Amino acid sequence: MKVAIIVFPGSNCDHDAYYSFKKILNVDTDFVWHKESNLDKYDLIVLPGGFSYGDYLRCGAISRFSPVMKSIVANAKKGKLVIGICNGFQILTESGLLPGALIKNENRQFVCKNVKLRVDNSETNFTNLCNLGDTITIPIAHGEGNYYCEDNVLEELKSNQQVVFRYVDDNGQTQNQSNPNGSKDNIAGIINKQGNVLGMMPHPERNAEKLIGNADGLKILNSILTSFGKN
Amino acid sequence: MKAKIKVMLKKSILDPQGKTVLHAIQDMNIGNFSDVRIGKYIEVSFNNSNLDSAKSEIDDICKKLLSNPVMEDYDFEIEEIN
Repeated sequence: MKVAIIVFPGSNCDHDAYYSFKKILNVDTDFVWHKESNLDKYDLIVLPGGFSYGDYLRCGAISRFSPVMKSIVANAKKGKLVIGICNGFQILTESGLLPGALIKNENRQFVCKNVKLRVDNSETNFTNLCNLGDTITIPIAHGEGNYYCEDNVLEELKSNQQVVFRYVDDNGQTQNQSNPNGSKDNIAGIINKQGNVLGMMPHPERNAEKLIGNADGLKILNSILTSFGKN
Repeated sequence: MKAKIKVMLKKSILDPQGKTVLHAIQDMNIGNFSDVRIGKYIEVSFNNSNLDSAKSEIDDICKKLLSNPVMEDYDFEIEEIN
């Protein structure tokens, strides 16, 4: 199994992602500069967090036209696994690989804290080690993480089990107070219909070892390995 | 030619920045203000001698890059510069 961590000008969670896969999980991992046009040799593509292109115009709007994106879109259409975290999620919506958009947090603040997520689909390539309804603690750090889509899109997401993570309180309930950014239906992460492209605002790679938290992020990262029969 | 492009958040989407500015305006005790929406204004200079194709070029970049149709609406006018 080979992992590509895509690096855009302004990515800043690329090293965290690299460290998690390479050093914690011992997976063959490369940094891949955004000018690369061929990703065929990789099994998993990671779009990391950060501020690609300084968030100019809109978060992810410019990155979407980076040369590497053509290959990412082509590989995603062929069923290759792609995960976009934070800015990576924004890039996935801008490029049309995932529906909806991420707009400014409702309270206008940059929010950086641990949040509780409920796993609302445990049968994906990214959550197969979780149980349905599990709550996990994963940090967020964003100013534009307010997930928005039209009501009919939300209905479609729900009926296809595409909402993978929701922001919840300590009891696992979706409350307004447990929604850190105003996201529609407390959505924290969604997957495409084919089940191979996941976008999430929280950072599993930032909670992937006990030293800096409870390592809940590993449940997601290890799920990916499991889907390759690696775990 | 020059295109003057306006990009605004869709009416259905809350504009927290506009709301904050509205509150500041209301604190100024001037008149009676009920809403503020903040958007982007973009000027693009380009060469094209045909107005119709100029419009379709600008429409294209608005749709694909300058706005995100999921959350924004756009509007533009084109000025011919001699």
